[in-house]
Formats: sequence, structure tokens, C-alpha cells
Amino acid sequence: MTQPLPRLFVALVAGALFGFGLALSGMLDPARVIGFLDIGSGHWDPSLAFVLGGALAVALGAMALVRRMKRPVLDDHFHIPPPGQIDRRLILGSALFGLGWGMAGFCPGPAIAALSMGFLPVVLFVAAMLAGMTIHDRFVAVGAVRR
Amino acid sequence: MNYWPSLSGGLLIGLSAALLLLLNGRIAGISGIVGRLAQGAQVPANAAFVIGLLAGPVLFAIAFGRWPQVTIVASLPAILIAGLLVGFGTRMGSGCTSGHGILGLARFSRRSIAATAIFLVAGIAAATLMRLVG
Repeated sequence: MTQPLPRLFVALVAGALFGFGLALSGMLDPARVIGFLDIGSGHWDPSLAFVLGGALAVALGAMALVRRMKRPVLDDHFHIPPPGQIDRRLILGSALFGLGWGMAGFCPGPAIAALSMGFLPVVLFVAAMLAGMTIHDRFVAVGAVRR
Repeated sequence: MNYWPSLSGGLLIGLSAALLLLLNGRIAGISGIVGRLAQGAQVPANAAFVIGLLAGPVLFAIAFGRWPQVTIVASLPAILIAGLLVGFGTRMGSGCTSGHGILGLARFSRRSIAATAIFLVAGIAAATLMRLVG
């Protein structure tokens, strides 16, 4: 029960919706992300909480549907990570990610989406991000990627 | 401040995640999608998503007649260090703002709740430090 072509189309549409949503939300702008994270600046910008809240509300609805479905519409099973332990890798990795996020105001989604606007700092950020991913996958956890 | 665009954008991001999950059975975690693509895993579907993601700001520009605002705050060295940290950290921690922060929280995953709390606290710390130092 594999349907490669419809799945490709869904991935393309989902990516475009994600990118458009990011652009509309204002979260392609690192200044606004930092404006949310820098809570002591004296001019806190709560926008990111509205973005996360809106996305979470829809995702909660989707998860409620997932629990009633045996399989997704276009595949034979859901590719959802099994429950696991809160281990050192999760804690350290999330902390390192958070530090980088707060430094530059970019996380992976907005950085990739903003690439299409052609700003050199964004290109450099994404290049460094891909290098960081590669360093991890090649030298720290070979084959750790979930297929 | 008008928060409707942020809320609407969030709802669209949620809709994107819902489509990918309910139709393809996949988690819309950007670091996972990009990381798998970089490793050459499930190239067609992951590439299709990334192409769509890149098209997002272009579609916004067509719809609204202006490009989304992008204000670079950090210096170039800080951008490079931040990029390395974000890339390395999201792979080690198995996710980022989307995979853990949206899908993980929606699944009530203990790991994702912990990850989200940690990267929020670290992000707040880094943003605060950058203001105090920079």
C-alpha cells in the first residue's frame, strides 16, 4: 500500500503551507524570534507564543484523529517515534540547539524557508547548520538517523 | 501589536503538519526532514517538502506584494556558531521547534516536552546574554 506520487504531492503542498505559514506568522524574522526569547529586554514580543499556540491547536486535533485511524491515508503505517527515555543526548542536544536558536534567532524551518530570499547571512547560517548536522551524523552518532 | 498574522500563520503550520501526518503518516519535523535529506534517505518526499518550504516566502510575496521581513541581528561569526549549534543540537536531540515543539507536544511525548522546555530555557539564556554582551 504505497502511493509514491500522491505522497510526493502531499509533501510538496505541506512544505509550501509550512513556509507560507512561517512567512505570514512573522517568524522568518530573527529579530522577532529574539524579541520573544529575550524576556528581559523591556519590550517583549509574544508573537511566537501565538504561532506555537495556533500550530499546536491544529496538531492536537490531528493527533486525536490519528488515534482513531489504523494507518495514514497514503501509507501502511504511521512513522511516529516510539516513546523513549529522556536521556543525556536529548538534554544536551536540545540545550545546544536552544543556545544557537537564541544567538541568531533562527531554527531550521525559518532558516531553510528564508533561503529563497537570498540573504547571505541566511545562506551562511544554513551552511553551518548542515555542517553541524553532518558532523553529528558522521562522527558522533553514525547511523542514528531514523528511517 | 497585531497578533492575528502570527496566529493565522501558526494555524497554517499546524495544517501542514496535520496533512503530512494524516495523509503520509510522517512527522513534520524540519530538522529530521533536512537531516534525512542530507543523509540521502527518502530523498523524493523530503526534497518535495523542502522545495515547498522554499516556495513559501515566494507565495507570500505573490499574495501580499511584499517580501516577509527578515532582520539579521547577530554578527557573522555569531551566525556561523549558531548554525553549527542548531545543526548539531537538533540531530543530537532528535528534533527542533517543529518536531518536538509542535508535533511532540501534541502527542504528549515526555521526551518532546523535556526537549521543548530545555531549548526554550537555553534560547532565553542565549538571547539575554547576546543583549548583555553585544
